[in-house]
Amino acid sequence: MASRTILKESQIMKIHYITGIAAIFVVALHIMMRLVVPFEQSLEYDYIIANYKNIVYVLILEAILVLISVHGFNGIRIILLELRQSRAWENMVTVVTISAMIGLIAYGTRTIILANGL
Amino acid sequence: MTEIERSSRNNLEGIGGWLNPSRYGWERISYWFQRLTGVFLLIYFIGHVYETSTIVNGQNAWESFLELTQTGWGHLFLIMVIGASTFHSANGIRLIFTHVGIGLGTPGRPDYPYSPASLNYRQKSGIWIALILAAAAMFYGFNVLFGV
Amino acid sequence: MIMSNTAENKNEKKIRLKVYRENRGQDSGSHYDTFEVPYKKWTTVLDALLYVKSYMDPSVAIRYSCRMASCGSCGMKINGIPKLACYTKISELETSTIECEPLPNFPIIRDLVTDFSRFFDHHKSMHPYIEAKESSVDDTRKGTFSFYQSPEDVDKYLQFSYCIKCGLCYSACPTVGTDVNFPGPQALAQQYRYFADTRDESAKRLDIVDDRHGIWRCHFAGSCSKVCPKGVDPALGIQLLKSYMLGISKNDKVPAKKIEVESIDNRYNSSAKTE
Repeated sequence: MASRTILKESQIMKIHYITGIAAIFVVALHIMMRLVVPFEQSLEYDYIIANYKNIVYVLILEAILVLISVHGFNGIRIILLELRQSRAWENMVTVVTISAMIGLIAYGTRTIILANGL
Repeated sequence: MTEIERSSRNNLEGIGGWLNPSRYGWERISYWFQRLTGVFLLIYFIGHVYETSTIVNGQNAWESFLELTQTGWGHLFLIMVIGASTFHSANGIRLIFTHVGIGLGTPGRPDYPYSPASLNYRQKSGIWIALILAAAAMFYGFNVLFGV
Repeated sequence: MIMSNTAENKNEKKIRLKVYRENRGQDSGSHYDTFEVPYKKWTTVLDALLYVKSYMDPSVAIRYSCRMASCGSCGMKINGIPKLACYTKISELETSTIECEPLPNFPIIRDLVTDFSRFFDHHKSMHPYIEAKESSVDDTRKGTFSFYQSPEDVDKYLQFSYCIKCGLCYSACPTVGTDVNFPGPQALAQQYRYFADTRDESAKRLDIVDDRHGIWRCHFAGSCSKVCPKGVDPALGIQLLKSYMLGISKNDKVPAKKIEVESIDNRYNSSAKTE
């Protein structure tokens, strides 16, 4: 029954729970930092560029990006694994979810780095 | 008669079993909601990362994208995101507690009519609290986005 | 097609029984047959189905044995929810039509009879027996030793040992509904039953279920505990097992003390001699 994997399922689930709880805190910080000004103002170009130059804000954004990507794509992996069972499907699910996770983190990090330099 | 294969999918409830949460009580509804909100939030998150990336293309690109999303429907969608994330977080915390064995009760000697220890009032009220918090957050979001 | 037994008393209360019909061997598709069956306050769904078999249509296939919720044979979907037919009274259902369908998540053999092979395979894969280091199964058979267990030790697993393997939890579980490799609530709860038993010394129990399709595919939808007719509460056992796997609960099980006793053969022989 057991297949050879890098991480045990219990270790993956520990990561799932830890990233989930941590994400709640950083997302709460992210929203609170946005709520200190009126909603419309929080979307103004200059205000956001200023945010991207604030290192604390940048670290929070990067943390959200990593935590939610790991948590979210692992969640999708779990759902897809439960849908169909075959070696080919399971390998495909693992590869696709990990690639999508890395892709999204890379794309979001690109935005943060470029916006920081504007 | 030929032997039925072990991996036979004959008579499996399939996704219909996930999608019909009404038969087995609050815990099943929470399971269904947690899954639904999770997928919805991931879709939103991908969209949000893409949406915010337009800022690197300058002020015009950012503002034209804002015009697309900052509409009445866009705000309604955001309110759903607020509700989904609040429920998913609160219910997720409840579930993590149960996975570490907290709030479930202890094994004992079951007696008729056998009410299961794990489906206790703590779990049910946890689900209700998650739903109420989600509703409150959506109400707050509505006030911020549509309020005068 | 509605069949009813006209010889019955006209004043008798009748229930409409809608029964799923399919014969896997003939591969002729499925349909429902409806029967009108007289019932009393105490008539169970199994009684009604046996009435149909006796007086209306002997070809209806059902599996049953004890008629008292002990053997776990007559599980079926009654009005959409998995129940034991012998344990469900018609008067308590409070509907005018009762729909009997085979247990979901089990392949159909014929009518209400389903195939339990996969379910039992999952159960067997959990090593559902005491694994003690210094005693083999042969020793147990000879009966040359006994275990000390306090009532508190027994309470830790007793509830899970009440499982009658009726398959209701397996058919209610949403994960089993799509994942054939998931052991299901019954098997996982049995893993906890042996894990919590002070007589068991197996070190492999947590590894057996720590699989891609193992215990972590349980998301505590609680449906298994909701339908269990014996109060086993599989969801409780599964979550408790998870807490050991996450390292939150520590396994401080003190192995049950073993004492040597005279073998069963000797005891039998000596009692035979005195007689």
